[in-house]
Amino acid sequence: MPVMTYIEGISNGLRYEMRRDPSVFILGEDVGVYGGAFKVTKGFIDEFGPERVYDTPLAESAIMGVGVGAALVGLRPVVEFQFSDFITSGFNQVVNNAGTMHFRSGFPLPVVIRCPSGAGVHGGPFHSQNPESWFTHVPGLKVVAPSTPYDAKGLIIAAIRDNNPVLYFEHKFLYRRIKEDVPEGEVIVEIGKADLKREGSDLSVVCYGAAVHLALEAAERLQQEGISVEVLDMRSLYPYDKEAIVRTVKKTGRVMVAHEDWLTGGVGGEFAAFISQECFEMLDAPVTRLASADCPYPFSSILEEHMLITTDKVYAGLKKLAQY
Amino acid sequence: MAKAKTGATANGVNGAVAHHENLPAGVFQQNHLKKLDALLPELDIPNRKYGDLTKDDYIELYRLLYMTREVEARLTRLYRQGKIVGGVYLSKGTEAIAVASGYSLNRDTDWLFPMHRDLGAHMSFGQRPMKLYAQYMGRAAGPTRGRDGNTHMSDKSRRIVGMISHLGSMIPVAVGAAIGCRMQGKKVVSLTFIGDGGASIGDFHEGLNFAAVAHAPFVLIIENNQYAYSTPIVAQYGAAKIIDRAIGYGIPGEVVDGNNIYAVYETVKKAVDRARNGGGPTMIEAVTMRMRGHSEHDDHFYVPKDLLEKWAERDPILRAQRFLEKSGHLKEKARLKLEEDTIAFIEAEIEEASASPMPDTGDLVSSVYA
Repeated sequence: MPVMTYIEGISNGLRYEMRRDPSVFILGEDVGVYGGAFKVTKGFIDEFGPERVYDTPLAESAIMGVGVGAALVGLRPVVEFQFSDFITSGFNQVVNNAGTMHFRSGFPLPVVIRCPSGAGVHGGPFHSQNPESWFTHVPGLKVVAPSTPYDAKGLIIAAIRDNNPVLYFEHKFLYRRIKEDVPEGEVIVEIGKADLKREGSDLSVVCYGAAVHLALEAAERLQQEGISVEVLDMRSLYPYDKEAIVRTVKKTGRVMVAHEDWLTGGVGGEFAAFISQECFEMLDAPVTRLASADCPYPFSSILEEHMLITTDKVYAGLKKLAQY
Repeated sequence: MAKAKTGATANGVNGAVAHHENLPAGVFQQNHLKKLDALLPELDIPNRKYGDLTKDDYIELYRLLYMTREVEARLTRLYRQGKIVGGVYLSKGTEAIAVASGYSLNRDTDWLFPMHRDLGAHMSFGQRPMKLYAQYMGRAAGPTRGRDGNTHMSDKSRRIVGMISHLGSMIPVAVGAAIGCRMQGKKVVSLTFIGDGGASIGDFHEGLNFAAVAHAPFVLIIENNQYAYSTPIVAQYGAAKIIDRAIGYGIPGEVVDGNNIYAVYETVKKAVDRARNGGGPTMIEAVTMRMRGHSEHDDHFYVPKDLLEKWAERDPILRAQRFLEKSGHLKEKARLKLEEDTIAFIEAEIEEASASPMPDTGDLVSSVYA
């Protein structure tokens, strides 16, 4: 089984689907000849040609709109926003056109919206955002955010095969930092299913994306101190795996909800509300939320480190939770 | 298009000036006069052959035009009776554009993206009035089963995609449908509409530029009805004509008398044929005048009365009637019979829609996802 980085997981899944299904095609800025700003589609144009690896004008709303139109007539477009921050320029097409299409018209709308997101790469305010919670509010859209190469591959394939618009948040910081064995062939991760990345008995961290790795590192440290931490990677943010949340809360009774997105209005608030309402009697401590500060993503390293959720902050938060 | 002998009256100009009291004196008035002068067409449409239309086509287009006017008149009646859900947005005076555009397409293969005032396009593309009435009444028999707004009528089985309310948003979507069909090896055209107001929105530019670069089999009809809600064209765009933008996109742009249904057909059909044969996109500006308010709740007070009178003489139905009489395609007696039959047909369609059931609430939430 080959070792793949997170970004190779995405590429491998995309290529697998494009070979399997001629109706799958990619469109976005610089995805063809250049191979994508992050090289996710490097070499694709040589294998699949310029029509299926479609270099578009610089126009996010049109790119998304064209994706919607192509999906209407029976294709399965994968739209790439070069940075997820730019999705605001196509927001109306995503939310109002794609999000309502099946409900209002009966047309299935199999379009995947790839969103390279996340901070820690010194991108500043407009190349670092985690805008997933703007979309987890919208019925009609699905939202996924893988944290590992295996899930990256399995979720991109599942997203392409889904007959609904799926926003696929891929974390830029993880692209080349995370590696694991991933099968060459078919890998499917069901949308809506969480994954227990680490078992534990004292505390639970409900998280996704880059925060999963912070939680795993913090859990490893706490293990040395005799505190056993369970890490639940949500993977899908809408719909999300309520049963998996209930299982882990039942087991530990102490929960931290963590993500790299801003705290206020982040999807973690939804998870916390669900836990408070459905698992109240299982809890031994208040549900804790940990996220990045409510502040635009700063550029300078020292400021970015200060603003972002980090392993140290997760560690400290969990320790406090254990002592409650 | 011929220039009018007189421009707008002081009344008309003043009516518009109220919008722009902060403009330097005279500038707005001059612009407004110039634009109005340029837009008013001749009284009668030329008595000549239009494109590939046969005698039967001339008559059928007239029937569809007349039917659109009468379908809408009854919508207003039902609205006043409280039988319509939501507002009513009429195309009175501008029907020829939608009817002729829908008629220019291949209704078995092409894709149609109508706007809220394009009821006629639905019908000339094959839709039954019953379906339209059912939609307006929020019934299960409406093409969206009561889900989408009353003018937003997708019909999957007919490749009609209803608009979202954000004007201009369907332009890139229609371009995507055109490109998608071409990728599938089909010789299919997609067509959508925009107004003089919607042409100011970013998606208009992004979509047209995308279509031009992609050489997409796509046709955009700009229905210039001179008012976006209450905003006159002089407050909407700075150029003499919207179609001047075609040069910037590097695609063909044509202006047509929007109140001449046969000329609209001829112009649109040429663009549709060109798109189908690999000739790329076209934008067409069809000039007309909205003869009602934005919606039936709007009394239209901001439009100069004498302007409406001038356009009323150029009503597309009256002009088509005079043309049919003069050309001999349809004489008055036969026309009256056709009109009578059309009314009877519409009344039966209303009856069927009125008797049809409300949608079931059971699958409302489960129909969000495919």
